[in-house]
Amino acid sequence: MENALSIFVRSIFVDNMIFAYFLGMCSYLAVSKNVKTSIGLGIAVTFVLLITLPVNYLLEVHVLRAGALSWLGENFANLDLSYLSFILFIAVIAAIVQLVEMIVEKFSPSLYASLGIFLPLIAVNCAIMGGALFMQQRAGLEPSDPKALTSLVDVIAYALGSGFGWVLAIVGLAAIREKLEYSDVPAPLRGLGITFITVGLMALAFLCFSGLKI
Amino acid sequence: MKMNEELKNTLLGPLSKNNPIAVQVLGICSALAVTVELKPALVMGISVTIIVALANVVISLIRNTIPNSVRIIVQLVVVAALVTIVSEFLKAFAFDVSVQLSVYIGLIITNCILMGRLEAFAMSNKPGAAFLDGLGNGFGYAMILVFVAFVRELFGSGSLLGFQLIPQSWYEAGYVNNGLMMMPSMAMILLACFIWIHRSLDKDLQEKG
Repeated sequence: MENALSIFVRSIFVDNMIFAYFLGMCSYLAVSKNVKTSIGLGIAVTFVLLITLPVNYLLEVHVLRAGALSWLGENFANLDLSYLSFILFIAVIAAIVQLVEMIVEKFSPSLYASLGIFLPLIAVNCAIMGGALFMQQRAGLEPSDPKALTSLVDVIAYALGSGFGWVLAIVGLAAIREKLEYSDVPAPLRGLGITFITVGLMALAFLCFSGLKI
Repeated sequence: MKMNEELKNTLLGPLSKNNPIAVQVLGICSALAVTVELKPALVMGISVTIIVALANVVISLIRNTIPNSVRIIVQLVVVAALVTIVSEFLKAFAFDVSVQLSVYIGLIITNCILMGRLEAFAMSNKPGAAFLDGLGNGFGYAMILVFVAFVRELFGSGSLLGFQLIPQSWYEAGYVNNGLMMMPSMAMILLACFIWIHRSLDKDLQEKG
């Protein structure tokens, strides 16, 4: 439990998806023009992470990993299906995103309308796939390693923390960009250029968390 | 003749006017994370170029048989299969680089350049043109990676491709590597500088404020 808490805090501040690993940059830059939509996208990303990561973790432990299929019988004990992980992970993500899209459309048409094109695009958001791949990497570490994800609770904590970190990053950037509208930026830097510099400075600020020991 | 002109634009346009990273804002995720050193950046650039070109050809070949409603999943599966091949290849022949790139090879699957080009070009063009478009966009992507990685490795560790460039006597005289270059945030700021230079040279690309 303590371990899960530390994973949660670390994945918000230290291993922040945007500032430490640049995951999900494309939608991060495209949707951060105002705070309201950015919160919507952030929630959608967190939600999808929260569903797909545990599912992919169970797949990794019970199907993909070397020897994971031994529960099927003696003959399967030596199988190593890890080369299938890319295809399986992306299929799970695409299917779940499709499902979430249908559910949101049914129960909350207003949220559906405001998320618009971004909901289906979450399927190809690097943050989701990146989360799954980092989870796979960290699930394979020795249990004594502080980064290791050893149980489903750890994975859920990781998903929640990464999602919150992503929300934090996108809402912060959106707020800064709303103010930037009124400033006089050199013409070639306008738009994309100044946004990159802002993100770079925010990443520098997040560096101060990197010494955090929990 | 006009045909040739068009094909040339398809191949060369993405290098500058229509650069996937600096203009279309696609595929930034992986672009920045692998640029601490030149070698992984080169490998990443080449891998992406090969995958984009091949995926473009495959999708373009089967474009008339893909039902519209499931096209994203079909594209993802094609890309995922190609990425798996490249990843296994790297593990077999360049293990140290594949360890360095870690999850970012897998992340080529969700690289927006791929989805963007497949949606915008391969779904509506012939395989030959799609191949050139893939090559062009791959090179445009690799170019930026190499630029950022060049600066970061030169100033961050004083070497290029692992060879020491800054002479030892400089260090003895008090020269210090710029540790900031190794930080993720510097990749952003360098990219911003690249965009700044690129857009000052080409006024058409500037955004109206």
